[in-house]
Amino acid sequence: MNGVHDMGGLQDMGPVRVEKNEPVFHAEWERRVFAMVEAVDGDWPEGSGRYQRELIPPTEYLRMSYYERWLRSLSELLVKSGMVTRTELETGIAEGGNTKGRKVLRAGEVRPAIAGGFPAKRNVPAVAKFHVGQRVRAHNINPVGHTRLPRYARGRQGTIARDHGVFVFNDSLVQGRGEKPQHVYSVRFAARELWGSDAPVSDSVYVDLWDDHLESA
Amino acid sequence: MTTTRRDLLATVLTAAGATVTASRSDAEPRNHGEGADHQELPSDPALRTKALESVLVARGLVDRAALDTLVEVYEHEIGPRNGARVVAHAWVDDAYRRRLLDDGTAAIRELGYGGEESEHLVVVENTDRVHNLVVCTLCSCYPWALLGLPPVWYKSAAYRSRAVIDPRGVLKEFGLELPADIEVRAWDSTAEVRYLVLPERPAGAGKLSEAELAALVTRDAMIGVSRVTLAHEARA
Repeated sequence: MNGVHDMGGLQDMGPVRVEKNEPVFHAEWERRVFAMVEAVDGDWPEGSGRYQRELIPPTEYLRMSYYERWLRSLSELLVKSGMVTRTELETGIAEGGNTKGRKVLRAGEVRPAIAGGFPAKRNVPAVAKFHVGQRVRAHNINPVGHTRLPRYARGRQGTIARDHGVFVFNDSLVQGRGEKPQHVYSVRFAARELWGSDAPVSDSVYVDLWDDHLESA
Repeated sequence: MTTTRRDLLATVLTAAGATVTASRSDAEPRNHGEGADHQELPSDPALRTKALESVLVARGLVDRAALDTLVEVYEHEIGPRNGARVVAHAWVDDAYRRRLLDDGTAAIRELGYGGEESEHLVVVENTDRVHNLVVCTLCSCYPWALLGLPPVWYKSAAYRSRAVIDPRGVLKEFGLELPADIEVRAWDSTAEVRYLVLPERPAGAGKLSEAELAALVTRDAMIGVSRVTLAHEARA
């Protein structure tokens, strides 16, 4: 979706403001939101929270703090999947009673879960459509759903710099169309190809893209 | 209607021993685009967070002790010291440095690092010819296992938008002005690969131990928005 989350190349967002000695969290509720997003085993594919945040209307997205977006996305996913109701979120009172049969993350399982992570690489055979050094062009696409192909790279030519191996294809997964594992590449785009002749001649941007985002050039 | 719900929520939460703060924006309508019924949610994130946690705990969907542990780990156990240890080791052990650049995931595993948000890691090296910086223009992707959770500026619109179109301007705001003959590479973490910058070892650091070198390495240098210096000022 051509949403406000796809920010690469905007120029009017002001200077980067750095907070000295920044704490990890700025309020107690941020700690709790972070932990809930991590802990809930939802009825949705991995990465859905991110897609849900992209669906926040742009004026709200820009106004919200980071963890407000997390709170919104988790709440929306819980309601959409039927795990809780909107009334419950409004009142803070559970109506449905204890949810049986669901795997719940326990305190003793947290550190092992973090150490294991959630690998997106898949050990399945998938033929690489491109090879390192090959010239490619990112598709010019404007899908209304989730995509990891940023607007600034669409239609632009680059070079395959590295083959990362076979990964889940998030564009497909979070929209309920399956993992569709395929090769992901680091693609080097010259700054001048992306931004025109005023850009420094030797500078470049590397973007990670999937086979389905690319064509030979 | 709003008042009723808010009062009810406040009563419930107070009864549960929670501290309820007044909403800062009672008058602000909320629109979730799914009908008028949803325009009257409590707008204070602290209040909504408490309501959400109460429901998830009562429903048996989360374990409060697990939430506490998650916070403990990411607030106190995992942070930029991990990444600094990797960098310092690469500076003193050239074979390790080559392994790190060749297969970051395997090399950090040698030092006991990896896992969530660093399952697939690529390390890019700054030299006297090339300067790398890392961004996530679409979201906030960041190597948690090595740097902890990202700072607010990394997730900000200002950084996400300009790091790719004007990296030199962004670096200047961080106090780093690069000569034209240094090649700038911006790495946009659009997939599930996470990036770490291996900064240049500062000149004159020859006599320092690995631990002393690690103490010089800042979070910002490993994102690529600053350099590591000997006369290092305390940074976040």
